[in-house]
Amino acid sequence: MPDNAATRALEDRLHDGMTIAVGGFGLSGIPSELIEAVRDSGVSDLTVVSNNMGVDGIGLGLLLESNQVSTVIASYVGENRLFAQRYLDGDLHVEFTPQGTLAERLRAGGAGIPAFYTRTGVGTSVAEGKPVATFDGVEYLQERAIVADLALVHARTGDTHGNLRYRLAARNFNPLVAACGRVTVAEVEHLVDALDPELVHTPGVYVTQVVVCETSTKHIEQRTTRPREAEGAA
Amino acid sequence: MSWTRHEMAALAARELSDGDYVNLGIGIPTLVANYVDPAIAVTLQSENGILGLGPFPFEGEEDADLVNAGKQTVTVLPGASFFDSAESFAMIRGGKIDLAILGALQVSARGDLANWAVPGALVKGMGGAMDLVAGTRRIVVVTDHVAKDGSPKIVTETTLPLTGTRVVDRIITDRAVLDVTPDGLVLVELAPGETPEAVQEVTDAPLLRSPGIA
Repeated sequence: MPDNAATRALEDRLHDGMTIAVGGFGLSGIPSELIEAVRDSGVSDLTVVSNNMGVDGIGLGLLLESNQVSTVIASYVGENRLFAQRYLDGDLHVEFTPQGTLAERLRAGGAGIPAFYTRTGVGTSVAEGKPVATFDGVEYLQERAIVADLALVHARTGDTHGNLRYRLAARNFNPLVAACGRVTVAEVEHLVDALDPELVHTPGVYVTQVVVCETSTKHIEQRTTRPREAEGAA
Repeated sequence: MSWTRHEMAALAARELSDGDYVNLGIGIPTLVANYVDPAIAVTLQSENGILGLGPFPFEGEEDADLVNAGKQTVTVLPGASFFDSAESFAMIRGGKIDLAILGALQVSARGDLANWAVPGALVKGMGGAMDLVAGTRRIVVVTDHVAKDGSPKIVTETTLPLTGTRVVDRIITDRAVLDVTPDGLVLVELAPGETPEAVQEVTDAPLLRSPGIA
């Protein structure tokens, strides 16, 4: 097992059957090194909460390959062939959750709100088995909060107080995941003594431990560009 | 003669008004951005946490931290903002987004939409589609009129898993434009060479005709 900061940070925090929430959208803003550390630990029977499950060989796709995941709570998994195969074979339990409902379930979990009502999913299979209530003549579904045993996030910059700042659209699910963990570990590209308080996205109270990334590899799922001659025309 | 994908996108672009906040789905809806009237200002939302989407980046300027909801590399325009996923869906659920343009597997005469799963085949998940149809003020669907096997996609009753009930306002296909009304589906525009009878032939739900359609 590689001896790196991510591995050491998770060493005593992993156990079989636990629930791990993971930040990122597609491959953007995923905590790659922490996911690799989970893979290397060999922990199994995991419930993983994440908007997506990576792609084959990258991100959470690694945990599927090594057969460490038994349940997935996600909104979209279309980019992962191995996932599709394991799901159709019945090896993987999947709870599809609408993306906005998933974000709010994580937010609620971090905010001490056990459940909330939403219009999303009314009249669909998502509503099966869930309490329904009518407010002002409109029907809403009750959705439950998610509190994770462990939350893993990726941030651009962290400080020694646990404050985090994300970059561009790599913020996505990370602040919500950070808040919903009983224990939260953040990997950061840069560590500073203290972030400017005005620039903090996730206050340090949510973060148990910060580790500095050892590589700077980021993956792009769909590389789309426009030709140079279009400059000025857009 | 039917409309091409790009002609369908151009038709959908007419739905946008000056000042609108708009979410474009994956596929043909993404192409709509190329046909927005330059005389109007429209702000594009991407549900992973961007308002103010710009065009694709120049080659060499792609950034893994800057992607749209289809995971494509993008840019942002002056006045753009970034936010987390809960904030993104708060503005969707809260009714702040004026229009969403989405794809479809089936649409019913009542405006029920199915666009996320085919049981027994690959089930990919609904992503943000259920939240978008529940919260956005106007939903326009852009889709081929019939499925690849020739079966109607515009039906009296949907058979596929639903994304939302009574949510679609307008359907733009390669053969016609249809409005969902309390009386049923109304044919409002035909592709060149199409007749109401020919469109009805490939539509499971009964079609009414707007006054402009012969």
